[in-house]
Amino acid sequence: MAIRCVASRKTLAGLKETSSRLIGFRGIQTFTLPDLPYDYGALEPAISGEIMQIHHQKHHQTYVTNYNNALEQLDQAVSKGDASAVVKLQSAIKFNGGGHVNHLIFWKNLAPVKEGGGEPPKGSLGSAIDTHFGSLEGLVKKMSAEGAAVQGSGWVWLGLDKELKKLVVDTTANQDPLVTKGGSLVPLVGIDVWEHAYYLQYKNVRPEYLKNVWKVINWKYASEIYEKECN
Amino acid sequence: MAASIAVTANYVLQPPPYALDALEPHMSKQTLEFHWGKHHRAYVDNLKKQVLGTDLEGKPLDHIINKTYNNGDLLPAFNNAAQAWNHEFFWESMKPNGGGKPSGELLALLERDFTSYEKFYEEFNAAAATQFGAGWAWLAYANDKLKVVKTPNAVNPLVLGSFPLLTIDVWEHAYYLDFQNRRPDYIKTFMNNLVSWEAVSARLEAAKVASSSSA
Repeated sequence: MAIRCVASRKTLAGLKETSSRLIGFRGIQTFTLPDLPYDYGALEPAISGEIMQIHHQKHHQTYVTNYNNALEQLDQAVSKGDASAVVKLQSAIKFNGGGHVNHLIFWKNLAPVKEGGGEPPKGSLGSAIDTHFGSLEGLVKKMSAEGAAVQGSGWVWLGLDKELKKLVVDTTANQDPLVTKGGSLVPLVGIDVWEHAYYLQYKNVRPEYLKNVWKVINWKYASEIYEKECN
Repeated sequence: MAASIAVTANYVLQPPPYALDALEPHMSKQTLEFHWGKHHRAYVDNLKKQVLGTDLEGKPLDHIINKTYNNGDLLPAFNNAAQAWNHEFFWESMKPNGGGKPSGELLALLERDFTSYEKFYEEFNAAAATQFGAGWAWLAYANDKLKVVKTPNAVNPLVLGSFPLLTIDVWEHAYYLDFQNRRPDYIKTFMNNLVSWEAVSARLEAAKVASSSSA
């Protein structure tokens, strides 16, 4: 039996932000909630500080906690060779792991105005958007319409199809990550349209939230991902 | 196919059977104003627009629900039709100073099918708490048995072949203003302070009649 080492916190501190930690003898990687790179109130008035705090500290934290629990149960089921238990855990992993993955992207998709939030994309992503959607306004209109039309909970995405080398707009239900709609899809911008993302401020008027969220979309991050995938 | 019971609204936004502030402090007036006044109203208004000029126009609500459920391959009008039905059913599932334990035949049946009221309470709570994303939890009646069911988005037990008896809305808009992310607190408050067991009993009687007449 191989003996695995448990890394000390000091060792991990040198690694770049991984939001993960090793626990236990088997070295299962579990996750922690990363801090936001801006204050909760920094996205106002587009998204209220109250929403940002609850969204991050309660909703995202719950996904992380439940994901870790599911992973630990999965590890036990795998080591016992309990196939039924492994399969039964898949929905909890998809819900909570997906929730964690999606929200990690979302916090990076947002930025305060004074840090470039809302500034249109330049460079290759900007051109690609013009090519595929006519203009940024065209893309925004399409994503806002599709986001408003999501029934129940979900996300609207701008993605890059790595294989076909084209931009796509798509939606996913609940916490399904974009990759569930196509293995070659890379998320560039995701907008959370679960009611918790906007209700305290916009109530039932999801279209108003979708109109305003663009003012704090961090196109610099989307461009970085796009350029990385295209090279 | 389950017969239509209780809710027979023909795309009319019925007000809840109590004032919008009557469920306070358990469910705020503000919640009712938005939930009934905006969300429920929109489902009704949008349904009317959606069926206009189609062969669904003028049909009873439960007919539209069954047709557009389409064995799970949902047609466009399902969401609005089912949500219009679900919300009217939801308002009628609650009353001021409601909640607590039922009595009489309903309690006897709950004890028969769940072994105790406490077990039913636990199971209903768990269903409501674990319906991921938007949806509903139900007490339903089928084949002379009571059961707890949870459904996603707009789905309701009518399309699953059972008679709904009680529901709790667990879409976030149902509880977010009062409870934010704390869905379990909302569910407990609903069970302890809002459920109208009279409505549930009446629906159970109707369900028994309907199922014996179609037997």
